[in-house]
Amino acid sequence: MLRTEQGSLQAWPSREGQRTLALPGAGAGSKGIMGRVRVNSEKLAKYLFVLPAILYLATFCLYPLYFSIQMSLQDFTSASFVSGVAEFTGFDNFRAIFADPIFAEASLHTVVFVAACIAGQFVLGLLLALFFQKVFPLNSLLRALLLLPWLLPIIVSATISRWMLDQDSGVMNQVLRSTGLTAGLPWLTSPAQALIAVIAVQVWIGIPFCMVILYGGLQNIPGDLYEAAALDGAGAWTKFRNITLPMLRPVSAVVVTLALIYTLKSFDVIWLLTRGGPANATHTLATLSYQRSFIEFNFGRGAAIGDLLLIVSTVAALFYLRSYRRSIRAER
Amino acid sequence: MSAVSTRARRPGTRKVLLTGLALLITGFLLFPLYWMLNASLQPGSALFSRSPSWFPTSPDFGGYEEALATQLGNLSSSLLIACCVTALALILAVPAAYGLAKLHLPGITSVMFLMLFVQMLPAVVMVNGLYALFNQMGLLESYLGLIIADTTLSLPFAVLLLRSFIESVPDSITEAARVDGAGPLRTLWSIVVPASRNGIVTAGVFTFLFAWSDFLFALTLTSSGTITPITLGIYRYIGTNTTDWNSVMATAILASIPPAVLLVVAQRHIAAGATAGAVKD
Repeated sequence: MLRTEQGSLQAWPSREGQRTLALPGAGAGSKGIMGRVRVNSEKLAKYLFVLPAILYLATFCLYPLYFSIQMSLQDFTSASFVSGVAEFTGFDNFRAIFADPIFAEASLHTVVFVAACIAGQFVLGLLLALFFQKVFPLNSLLRALLLLPWLLPIIVSATISRWMLDQDSGVMNQVLRSTGLTAGLPWLTSPAQALIAVIAVQVWIGIPFCMVILYGGLQNIPGDLYEAAALDGAGAWTKFRNITLPMLRPVSAVVVTLALIYTLKSFDVIWLLTRGGPANATHTLATLSYQRSFIEFNFGRGAAIGDLLLIVSTVAALFYLRSYRRSIRAER
Repeated sequence: MSAVSTRARRPGTRKVLLTGLALLITGFLLFPLYWMLNASLQPGSALFSRSPSWFPTSPDFGGYEEALATQLGNLSSSLLIACCVTALALILAVPAAYGLAKLHLPGITSVMFLMLFVQMLPAVVMVNGLYALFNQMGLLESYLGLIIADTTLSLPFAVLLLRSFIESVPDSITEAARVDGAGPLRTLWSIVVPASRNGIVTAGVFTFLFAWSDFLFALTLTSSGTITPITLGIYRYIGTNTTDWNSVMATAILASIPPAVLLVVAQRHIAAGATAGAVKD
């Protein structure tokens, strides 16, 4: 009696699971799983909660990723989509991109872009977080408002930036001209300034993110540390250097690695502002990979650049995991 | 800063000065948003003068008329896609997060690692393979394809966020439900989901934002123009029509309204869970 009742209860989640499993791409795995349900129904029913999400990610993230890596070892062009064949060429794509001067340039831009963006976002985010530690009216409202540039779609922020940085009628140059010092700069159309302009826009979008996390980190530093230091006669700078900075280190590591991953894969801002131009001056690995694949239809080359990007971001992700675990330990 | 604090002796004056400074900083960082609003309300010709008009003294809604006439369909496409993505991501993420948080499954660490790894994947790397896969499956140029692709952007994030919320639901409650004869599904639906409402709203809002903002997947997976989400709409608009800045800005304002409304409406829930979810990739 009890057994059947339990059995009928347990049938619930497995039926539910079967229905969710009927998503595209789940066909292969589901039969074997359903076969074993009778053996250990309770345990498997539990797995059915997690399984749909895992199968989904396996089908639409890991499998395409595998596909991309495979493409990078093939002579894969738009014709390959029609014929379904692409010749296996080993590391030819990699040899070709390493011999390409534009790839070397793009790698350099990537390093400059990522380093400058992280530095800019972190320093300005930290200054803002420190400032908003102080108690004053409207503090929380203004802090919430500051999140706006980060929460709005990048297409919106990038479109505004394009208009503001317009050479003739953009407000940036109008203000510069009013100082009488310069006739205005071709921000997005000259190779000399374009990378700086793109970095500035990316920093503007990323500041709120750094500010929020660093603010949370600052709030977690026990106040009595500062009181004790004040009793010992420590000034503001001494307190900042000897308490704030060391106590903030775990959170800072998380912020920096997340910003690293985020800027490394940043595509939208650059593509919307300059499309990697002028004269390749703002191409990073992300935009160059897209350019090779979807503008020049040389999917093999694009995928090969993507592989390199993947390796770098995986290393960054491992650093992130390490620093994240440390920051959790530090909180405890 | 230190100059301000030494000069201002009375605490009241100091606070006023701090608020003033905060207003200045906020104004500076949000100036581009004001500039978007300002430009959207100027008549097209005014935008090309050599000196800027700082205020829309005589607002002109021509930009909005133009924007609505050309972009309304694209806004609806984006709305449809973002709503479907939110539903799909939550349907997949809530049970998964529950399984990871409460069901004591072996191998949780590797699943968590998978989630974190997928969350860090650069979309521009995935998109090559996704294009090839969708080409085989006939999912290019389709709403379903874009919905599937956009869901991958937020699913790992939603699972990780919800897991931390569901973990904080006391074990005593879920155990009590089990003792009373509720199976895991029943426990999830009647105990865990109501108890982690803030988390579900937060995950839902951010999923919507990610899908609404997606540009790269729209650009690559629906390139022929049969389906045009608003991001792609603005992109093509700037490409063909860089002279009509007032209607481009009006479109940008319209594209900002749904996320802004959503954030304001859901603000209370998000604030309640802000500490757990301050991560946007």
